[in-house]
Amino acid sequence: MLRDVVIGQYVPGKSPLHRMNPPLKMILMIAYIAVLFVIKSAAAYALFTVCAVTLIMISGVSVGMILKGIKPILYIVIFTALLNIFMTTGEVMWSASVFGLTLRITKEGVTAGALLTARLIYLVTGTSLLTLTTPPLQLTDGIERLLKPLNKIKVPSHEIAMMMTIAIRFIPTFSEEADKIKKAQTARGADFESGGLIKRARAMTPLLVPLFISAFRRADELAEAMEARCYRGGGNRTKMKEQHITAFDIKAAVIFVLAAVLILLAEFWIEI
Amino acid sequence: MIETKNLSHSYRAGSAEQEKKVLKGLNLKIEKGSFTAVLGRNGSGKSTLAKHFNAMLLPTGGKVYINGMDTLDEKSVFDIRRTAGMVFQNPDNQMVAAIVEDEVAFAPENLGVEPKEIRSRVRECLETVNMTKYAETAPSKLSGGQKQRVAIAAVLAMKPEILILDEPTAMLDPMGRSEVIKTVKKLNKEQGITVVLITHYMEEAAAADRVVVMDGGSIALDGTPKQVFSNVEMIKALGLDVPQVTLLAYELNKAGIDIAADVLTVDECFTELAGLLGGNGK
Repeated sequence: MLRDVVIGQYVPGKSPLHRMNPPLKMILMIAYIAVLFVIKSAAAYALFTVCAVTLIMISGVSVGMILKGIKPILYIVIFTALLNIFMTTGEVMWSASVFGLTLRITKEGVTAGALLTARLIYLVTGTSLLTLTTPPLQLTDGIERLLKPLNKIKVPSHEIAMMMTIAIRFIPTFSEEADKIKKAQTARGADFESGGLIKRARAMTPLLVPLFISAFRRADELAEAMEARCYRGGGNRTKMKEQHITAFDIKAAVIFVLAAVLILLAEFWIEI
Repeated sequence: MIETKNLSHSYRAGSAEQEKKVLKGLNLKIEKGSFTAVLGRNGSGKSTLAKHFNAMLLPTGGKVYINGMDTLDEKSVFDIRRTAGMVFQNPDNQMVAAIVEDEVAFAPENLGVEPKEIRSRVRECLETVNMTKYAETAPSKLSGGQKQRVAIAAVLAMKPEILILDEPTAMLDPMGRSEVIKTVKKLNKEQGITVVLITHYMEEAAAADRVVVMDGGSIALDGTPKQVFSNVEMIKALGLDVPQVTLLAYELNKAGIDIAADVLTVDECFTELAGLLGGNGK
């Protein structure tokens, strides 16, 4: 059962979004979020929506996959939207008295609620587009590349990326092992299925303890194997798979920036 | 070439009560291009010895020289590790990367080799171990024997002169075992790589040019497989077994049947027995 865990949610494909250089894609993603948090007007949001929908269509990722990404934050969205609608002071549109409490819906509240909902949904849509179109390993490489300038202030960019790569590498190994331990403990009478939440959480102990012990042993052996192959941190390392910026990437970046400029123009110059 | 001079090693050296002497004054010389198998029961010090060959462990007494480089010299540690590559027992715990070709690229990347050169080394090494087809597979999807072959390729990518294998087949099924040993033999014969194989499978040791049997931190027997395995009583006293056919020949000999006692392979044994029965070997 545990073996089906998929890290990240990469959907293989050959779309322009898939082909883009990962570090560049991440920078553009940051720009996307920045624009999203600057704009407030309906016109800008309309334009932003057009751009976001275009991106999804280009990526070839199904709308279902995107919606799946939004699902986990659905309750947060509804909760914050309701809070905004009822708690913002301003021009009252509707009010009622429930158990002595006065509930008011204000115009400002509705606007703020709608804005926040749109922001959260677009935020998740954008970031899942990044993870849906980039393999996890290229993401870690991309992070390493992006953090490289921070080496000067002692941010261990290579080590961070290395840790993520090893984590990805060991997920199947550990889930297989957890499966094995679970079966072994079940054979000895351990009960993982019945009881309430607390009882079930407690029942995990005989699963987690051996798993942790084995993780430490594996870590020891892996470190040894890495040292035996002359690993000594990021210093003089080269990379077999270099991530080059191509003419295609430059074109994509220019289009992206133009779209951002258009949206910002709509925000600041068009009055509605 | 590997040379140890009066090599000794103790764990927890310094504290008199807890000190545990694992190697006791070893003198060993392993020639370039040879295939040496090191045998010994658990705790005989064979793995400890292997880890001295690429400076993973340092002598607490005596010296180890790899191609003339002293392992105690800190400056040459990486040169030693590049010269003497090491493959470990557990295939799962020695893989760093999530894709086979990245795994093979890991060592040359550490050495700062040019990306293009890494590419060609990866291709070449995967071909040597016959794993080209799986270049883009996740290691978790491979069988034990395949994983160990990838681990060998990952070491070969450093272009080592010496290959040290620390019980590489201990966790494999018979199929995987023969795949790995075949690959190792090929590397020794075709590329002239010096092989040191730590094992407790007698059949694997029989394939080597030389067998060193360790016991209690010293060398108990040293010679060609034939010389070593003909000491059946002594091998048994050391807690090991001789190959089954050798044992058969030995028992037949003891029963007064005239047969060469130093047969190592099934084929040799068959020829001997056929000769004995007066048949023509068919």
